[in-house]
Amino acid sequence: MSTAANQYRAAPAILPAASGIRGVLSDAFWRKPKLLLFLMLLPPVLWLGVVYIGSLFALLLQSFFSIDEYSGLIKREFTLKTYGDLLQAANLDIILRTVTMAAAVTLASIVVAFPIAYYAARYARGRWKALFYLAVMLPLWSSYLVKVYAWKLILAKEGILTWLFSKLNLLWLLDGWLSLPIVGGNSLSVSFTGTFIVFVYVWLPFMILPMQAALERVPGNLIEASSDLGASPRQTFWNVLLPLALPGIVAGSIFTFSLTLGDYIIPQIIGTSRLFIGQAVYSQQGTAGNIPLAAAFAVVPIVIMGLYLWMAKRMGAFDAL
Amino acid sequence: MTSAVSFQKVSRHFGTVRAVDAVDLDIVPGEFFAMLGPSGSGKTTCLRLIAGFEQPTAGSISIFGERAEGVPPYRRNVNTVFQDYALFPHLNILDNVAYGLMVKGVGKAERHKAAEDALALVRLPGYGERRPGQLSGGQRQRVALARALVNQPKVLLLDEPLGALDLKLRENMQEELKSLQKALGITFIFVTHDQGEALSMADRVAVFNDGKIMQVGTPQDIYERPATRFVADFVGSSNVLPPDFVQRYSGQRRWGSLRPEAIRVGKATRGDGVSARLVSANYLGATTRLALDADGLRLHAVVPAGTKLPEEGEALVLTFNRDQLHLMDEPA
Amino acid sequence: MRSDRNQKTPLGLKIAAGLGLIFLHAPILLIFVYAFTTEEKSYQWPPPGLTTQWFAVTWNRPDVWEALSLSVRVAAISTAIAVVLGTLCAAAVSRSKFFGRETVSLLVILPIALPGIITGIALRSAFALTDIPFSFWTIILGHATFCVVVVYNNAVARFRRTSGSMIEASMDLGADGFQTFRYVVLPNIATALLAGGMLAFALSFDEVIVTTFTAGQQQTLPIWMLEELIRPRQRPVTNVVAMVVVLVTLLPILLAYYLTRDGDQIAGSGK
Repeated sequence: MSTAANQYRAAPAILPAASGIRGVLSDAFWRKPKLLLFLMLLPPVLWLGVVYIGSLFALLLQSFFSIDEYSGLIKREFTLKTYGDLLQAANLDIILRTVTMAAAVTLASIVVAFPIAYYAARYARGRWKALFYLAVMLPLWSSYLVKVYAWKLILAKEGILTWLFSKLNLLWLLDGWLSLPIVGGNSLSVSFTGTFIVFVYVWLPFMILPMQAALERVPGNLIEASSDLGASPRQTFWNVLLPLALPGIVAGSIFTFSLTLGDYIIPQIIGTSRLFIGQAVYSQQGTAGNIPLAAAFAVVPIVIMGLYLWMAKRMGAFDAL
Repeated sequence: MTSAVSFQKVSRHFGTVRAVDAVDLDIVPGEFFAMLGPSGSGKTTCLRLIAGFEQPTAGSISIFGERAEGVPPYRRNVNTVFQDYALFPHLNILDNVAYGLMVKGVGKAERHKAAEDALALVRLPGYGERRPGQLSGGQRQRVALARALVNQPKVLLLDEPLGALDLKLRENMQEELKSLQKALGITFIFVTHDQGEALSMADRVAVFNDGKIMQVGTPQDIYERPATRFVADFVGSSNVLPPDFVQRYSGQRRWGSLRPEAIRVGKATRGDGVSARLVSANYLGATTRLALDADGLRLHAVVPAGTKLPEEGEALVLTFNRDQLHLMDEPA
Repeated sequence: MRSDRNQKTPLGLKIAAGLGLIFLHAPILLIFVYAFTTEEKSYQWPPPGLTTQWFAVTWNRPDVWEALSLSVRVAAISTAIAVVLGTLCAAAVSRSKFFGRETVSLLVILPIALPGIITGIALRSAFALTDIPFSFWTIILGHATFCVVVVYNNAVARFRRTSGSMIEASMDLGADGFQTFRYVVLPNIATALLAGGMLAFALSFDEVIVTTFTAGQQQTLPIWMLEELIRPRQRPVTNVVAMVVVLVTLLPILLAYYLTRDGDQIAGSGK
């Protein structure tokens, strides 16, 4: 390293700034990191702020406009008339129906998701764990429409479910259920039961993942301690496991609840002719051309979800997201 | 002669926190300099100021006579060995070491040759094809060293470089770093919270506390003649003596310090001295460390192994040579 | 968690979890069988016979090709926009603490946190207010908006794993900001970006709810399928398309999983 040593003695301690635009920019960004931060944030904030937040404001604005009943044109003047229309009995029915469905779907998702999440969190190891994760991820990311379509095939009168019931000599059970008021119908694919099943199916992974995340944080020795202290498995479940898993359950329920509130495709394809909020929004803006009423309808899930999120936040659900 | 690194009234404040506060410092070219202090004392911030990762809020820094404020790290001929090594996981060892030359535009063959040489220098020849993840902590440390040295920096900064290594490896590395520095003649600046490490490796040591330098000196200075109570306390196991006590033996009302090995322990019946009681004895192998209570003042003494130990609670008399008593600068 | 070694899995739990997984997967597998059925007019089970003729029929349907081509173009452009915006945002959020940081991450997550229909009707309202006619670009506007979050989630997770001292090390060794980005940052986040991009592509390729509000007369593949679900023309063709869609979306998701499996998770809640 003797020549190197000579070079070394000659080398300056501070190197000159690189020439050209790159050197200037590089030094400027280093001296003013705020400038770089600003430039990095500008495009995404501009996009989301203008396109998304701007649109949400447009939505809110539209809900305070009204439609002229004779010409069908939108009157761009502030009015509460549209919200008055929203409070008609028929519309309140739609809201109540949707919220009831969302609540039922959420509860059912919790029940179905729990064993899967619990097994994956506490018993699955190594390869199995990865496999379990994929087994939940793949349906989550599979095409939404294809999933709905698959259920149209399953629930059809001539479909696999009827076939299964007849093979098991249980057709009487299916027919009995379908003859019930409200939940029944001509076939499963045109009943609320069908709508309900498909909702549960499509949103289930959204419940499993946060629930599993929450359960993985429950120390295993806590459960053992509980059984050591003489608690029955049932007591352990209700008094230890469930409270600890609650933040995950609430986080999952935000998804199932919100997604059910806003969906209009599932009840349109599988279900009765009675509307859900999403369908009302869709038909008001489309065929009826009443964008103000559609906008007012869309404000309903926002308000409900706002309340829901506020409650969930108080329960500490966001730590599990 | 120009200093390798010179601080003039350098401060670095983070909001109300004065990480570094009006520090003056001159580091001689070619010396092995240690910055010693507890965590949060400002030593690492000083290192980062030299490297260019931090900018002083006040004061000026020069490196070999050239002003360094406002100069980005990539334009300083100064390199750092990071505490966590910060090797690039996506590059193999050879490309890690050659990185500095690569970004300076040195051709592939030339920079790979230089990187091989640097790896040989840190006794890792032929490790070039491996990935950082395949090396042990000690090996990664050497790679980090090679990656810095290949650039032939004017100053090499080492941020707690031995902190993550186990004791045996640390001792080996201490010797190796020391001889490497001698051979290359590069100025090494070394940050540590381990006083043993600082004393055994450095030519000179700066002791930091609360963003200020308490004392700069050779290891002997620092160890034997601490300037303040903090230095006496932090650097060694010196007995810190209050002004009243010191006045009795030296006539001056100042804080003082006394090395434990300077204290002789005798039976109470003989001669004058400081009367004390034994509180406890700690067996340390070659020596035994005695904790003593001299009328409310806690003192430590070290006696060679094999000395007949007094009983716990036994009344003793302590003696020492007056010239062993060191008077500190700190006012009473 | 780690203490169940000596515990056997309760049988009831095993069965419940197994049934749950069957519930999740059987419907999708069923699509594969239906793609081969000879039955044209109904959804009859079991299929009266099996045939591959519908693949050929589908292949020769120009409307399917048009819808597919539109979907691919929309997904490609939306993904490109989302990768740029999501990466910038993730870099800014994870590299420094600034005032309003929480707001920015909320802003990114909001388009998927709120139901798709809100995003849809909001965009629709905005287009109506500003008299923007529906076009290819109005679809992109919607898709890019909700795709940002998946890229963002992946990139943020990777940035969090990338040690900050690596960037300092690079600058220390003489690389300026651009060189550091080119030689250190980019190689370290590349796979996360690729994974995020693939998920964004899959998300856009599959999206139907927002698209119905922003597409006008154009048909993406999901809109084509929705049309077929409401007013079936040739059911077997729909079956074949459904199967192809499942296979086509499966690939990017598996790849994304493979790219990010050690360490960061594919942000499942990112959909």
